Amino acid sequence: MTLQTLVNNLTSDTMNVSLPLFRPELIICATIVIMLIARIPRFTSWLDSFWLALLGAAVAFYYAIPAGGIGAIGDVQRQELFTGMLAYDSLTVFFRLFLVAFAFWFIILVRLTGLADRQDGQDFYTLLLGATLGMCIMASANHLMTVFLGIEMASVPSYVLAGIIKGRRRASEAALKYAVYGAGAAGVMLYGISLLAGITGSAHLPTIATKLAAMDLPALVAANGSSTLMVLVLAGLMIMVGLAFKLSAVPFHFWCPDVFEGAPAEVDAFLSVASKAAAMALLVRVAFGLGTIAPPTAPPIAAHKIPAVAVAYQQPAATTAEAPASAAVAAQANTASPNINTQISSAALAPVRRFIVLVLAIVAAITCTFGNLAAYGQTNIKRMLAYSTIAHAGYMIMAVAAAVYLAGSRPADARDAVAALVFYLCAYVFMNLSAFAVVAFLRNTLGSEEIADYAGLIRSAPVTATAFTGILVSLIGIPPLVGFVGKFAIFKALVVAGGPIMIALLAIAGINTAISLVYYLNVAKKMCIDPPPANRGTVSIGVMPAIYMLIVAVPALVYGIIPGRILEIATHATQQLLM
Amino acid sequence: MLEFSNPAIFITWLVFLPALAALVIAFLPSRGETLKQISFGVTAVVFLMSVAMIFGSGPTRFRAGVDGMQHMFSVPWIPSFNINYLTGLDGISFPLVVLTAFVSMLAMGASWPIKKYEKGYCILFLLLETGMLGVFCALDFFLFYVFWEVMLLPMYFLIGIWGGPRKEYAAIKFFLYTLVGSVLMLIAILMLYFHSDLRALKSLPPQQVVATGVVNLKLDEAAQQDALQKIYSAELPQHTFNILALQLMGQHTDLFTTPSWYGHSLQWWAFVLLGIGFIIKVPSVPLHTWLPDAHVEAPTPISMILAGVLLKMGGYGLLRICYPICPQAGYDLAYVVCLIGVVSMVYGAFAALAQNDFKRLVAYSSVSHMGYVVLGLGVWSAFAGTQYNPDYWKMGMNGAMFQMIAHGISSPGMFFLVGVVYDRVHHRNLNEFGGLFARMPVYSGIAVGIFFAGLGLPGLCGFIGEVFVVLSVWNYSVALAVISAAVVILTAAYILWAIQRVYLGTEYKGPHGEALTPFTLREFSIAAPLLALAIYFGINPKSLLNYMQPSVDKTVVELTDWTKKHEAAATKPATAETTVKPPHNS
Repeated sequence: MTLQTLVNNLTSDTMNVSLPLFRPELIICATIVIMLIARIPRFTSWLDSFWLALLGAAVAFYYAIPAGGIGAIGDVQRQELFTGMLAYDSLTVFFRLFLVAFAFWFIILVRLTGLADRQDGQDFYTLLLGATLGMCIMASANHLMTVFLGIEMASVPSYVLAGIIKGRRRASEAALKYAVYGAGAAGVMLYGISLLAGITGSAHLPTIATKLAAMDLPALVAANGSSTLMVLVLAGLMIMVGLAFKLSAVPFHFWCPDVFEGAPAEVDAFLSVASKAAAMALLVRVAFGLGTIAPPTAPPIAAHKIPAVAVAYQQPAATTAEAPASAAVAAQANTASPNINTQISSAALAPVRRFIVLVLAIVAAITCTFGNLAAYGQTNIKRMLAYSTIAHAGYMIMAVAAAVYLAGSRPADARDAVAALVFYLCAYVFMNLSAFAVVAFLRNTLGSEEIADYAGLIRSAPVTATAFTGILVSLIGIPPLVGFVGKFAIFKALVVAGGPIMIALLAIAGINTAISLVYYLNVAKKMCIDPPPANRGTVSIGVMPAIYMLIVAVPALVYGIIPGRILEIATHATQQLLM
Repeated sequence: MLEFSNPAIFITWLVFLPALAALVIAFLPSRGETLKQISFGVTAVVFLMSVAMIFGSGPTRFRAGVDGMQHMFSVPWIPSFNINYLTGLDGISFPLVVLTAFVSMLAMGASWPIKKYEKGYCILFLLLETGMLGVFCALDFFLFYVFWEVMLLPMYFLIGIWGGPRKEYAAIKFFLYTLVGSVLMLIAILMLYFHSDLRALKSLPPQQVVATGVVNLKLDEAAQQDALQKIYSAELPQHTFNILALQLMGQHTDLFTTPSWYGHSLQWWAFVLLGIGFIIKVPSVPLHTWLPDAHVEAPTPISMILAGVLLKMGGYGLLRICYPICPQAGYDLAYVVCLIGVVSMVYGAFAALAQNDFKRLVAYSSVSHMGYVVLGLGVWSAFAGTQYNPDYWKMGMNGAMFQMIAHGISSPGMFFLVGVVYDRVHHRNLNEFGGLFARMPVYSGIAVGIFFAGLGLPGLCGFIGEVFVVLSVWNYSVALAVISAAVVILTAAYILWAIQRVYLGTEYKGPHGEALTPFTLREFSIAAPLLALAIYFGINPKSLLNYMQPSVDKTVVELTDWTKKHEAAATKPATAETTVKPPHNS
């Protein structure tokens, strides 16, 4: 084939397939550019960048909705974008909606708390939307390059956001700490990526998986001390370092409490929800990408009338019977039905999955326990919530561990485990966004973020205190609040998985639930039981903030009682995994 | 929504009316007295609704002498998890529902001295009542768990805000103990759920399976059969949270006998996990330590609720869930459970004897009295002589049930009476009382009556349950029977001694003597009904047994049949262990 046809194919693929599906991200990019440019000419400088950002997020959300509406997330056609760089499937669609919707509500929050004012609002919104863009890429990464790119695109704006309050030493310290840790973790991860790419000759996750399957790993494991195996394990661990940093999993969590304490509470909400969700999505992508043979993607060839060659090298592992066999694919396709092919190769990847499960299980158990224990001694609410975030990351990683554990033998149950994670993330939005929103609103009126200063809050601000108590109880995981359903779903996934590791995780999760009770309730006790200080004036967070708080907090109760809708969406979102 | 003649809707209203009222109260201006009146009105309506099920006519009437579930109601709740909103009442749960409504009403009446943050108090109190009623009505394991947990938070704040000097410690201790228990319960629920399989019930008579509510109860018979056949012919296991279906699986299939960790079967672990959860609630030694603290620090009405209703949930859970679902574990662990019961009785009685705090004494007496319940439930006396004859067993279970109701009447009464003097003299030191009879004659008369009911004096409600239990234990283990009978002496000792120190004597020498005003009408009308019921059930136990005996007997008969099968299988060669147990035809 000539260079010309290659270029033609590439252009056609990009213009006809990838870019239309990449529209929400493009809209975010455009919003950022418009916001920045609008400040320059005099006739547009009166434009409030708040409205631009809000509009951009809303339009991006609109375009992120799949053709059949939100209920049809599961029906999107799975394909790879930009020659295999990104995966476009139901999970991508879900997380994009999730992240963009979160950005929308978050923009309103920072406006209400006054963190992003008219003067330098566009800086804040630019960073915010830029990070969201990176997170969208994280959630759809299908290639080690996009994995790294996504992490960096999400992280760099986050470093700046952490230090957004100028002239505050704590904030600057937090930002610097975050940046240094982030750079270190990114370096290690990049090294791991280079090792893995070097040994398998590809950075495309499905290709790596097929290469690994072809390596005859069980034999390598049997031959003790094989250097290839050592390098693979090292690569795996190093990539995990980068992911663990984003997940704030122990032992790469050190930045989290310091950053959360130094950064404004609103930024904490962003880091603890959006960043966590994107990192979880990325973890699922990497774990499933490396641990399982990618299912055949829908052939874009037939749909868009472009020659098979252009896509052939993107998906060597995956050929459907309809896809015309090409030279590159021929090596792979031993003409058996793709199903059997997948099964055989999936079995070959069992050692990879065992490794991933083991690493994730250990990380999850330690993260969860450490987070909960460390939260005990905290006197600063943001620090406490930082450790609580760490602990919740532990619960969520457990779900991923269960999913990978099940991926080889019982794909339907593995999908349910990922659905449990997705549900937990949805529950987590209501809990953490409202928790940090309350902290931010209270900071504006009380001028303090110490738990001790919340004493007797129910006397002067009953609605806020009640809502915050409800949120804390939901974080413990007590019915009828949504946190319980999330926890129940994850426990359920662990029981389904069975086996000693998963049962041990279940026991650890159970113990942790009891441990977490005390520190969450301690805050509730401060607010509701302790007497207020004598010299406190009136505490009022204002009408609009109160409405905002109720809008994000009440769903925690409503969806705790009727979780059906979110469960359905979670099931749709994970429908296409391992299919 | 408002068809009160439909029993299912009637019960749903009964359960959620308090929660609804709590929501309304949240939007009312906080004027303490009015809110308390409204709350009292709501609890009274709930009580009248429950009474209407006894005496009323029409479809909502709860029929005595029927052993099965009545007024069952099922709607899908969380379909993707297979969870239904399934409620129903039988002779075991119905008396407890009435008791709950009754004690809640009296406790709300006893809440008048509470003058602090009345609005919050009323809201939490009503939420608590919904949780309690829901636990007894729920027949779906998940629903049961949700209601069980819903009670925790209101209770925590009710103790923590309106309690005594060490309220925060007591409240968090209560919460932590119960939460640990319920996490264990959650794990057991999941274990049972994933090993359950409705298809295994194929060999049972269809009407028996339909009666559990696994298929839509509103359908006609043919449609129900079709739905059942659809379940049976499914390819994948049909998991369920339905408690009644799980009971059938526990007794008629070997789904839960699969070997699990450390050589014990799945149901052994489930029984232990659930049992710990329930025994914390009962509470039994050694998991009882939250109770004295919670009782002593809680305000009087909350102590009444705690003693009158919350402790019963432990016993109810054992009777409804542990034994019927995990019979083999119950069979293997029968002696352990009995021993826990006896140890609680003895320990609680000795501890009560040592107290100087009036309320602590009553709290330990609860530990002791609830020991009878555990003992009565645990006795696995499927034999009379060499025959399979469950008569003694029935007696024990009925005794335990009766004891729950009796204790639910006498112990709220005792806590209330302690609260009455505490409100006046602001101390509870037994050694500083004396001579109350002269100052408050009506109060003291009622108090002595209720304390005697707690003691188990013949002719009062406490006697029946204790005698039934001790008699049935005799058939199971003479040693345990002798010990449990001897506890009566200890009980008499601490109660008589307390009466002597508080009510007898020549004159009151403690602090605040001038405040010892006579019983008010409000206080009288709370204590008098309790005493009246204590006497009525003591003289006419049949009136209560008519309702609960059929259901309790049914449980026992089913368990006896299971024991017969189990022992027949055990005596046969080892191969019998693995074969599917033959279907039981009743």
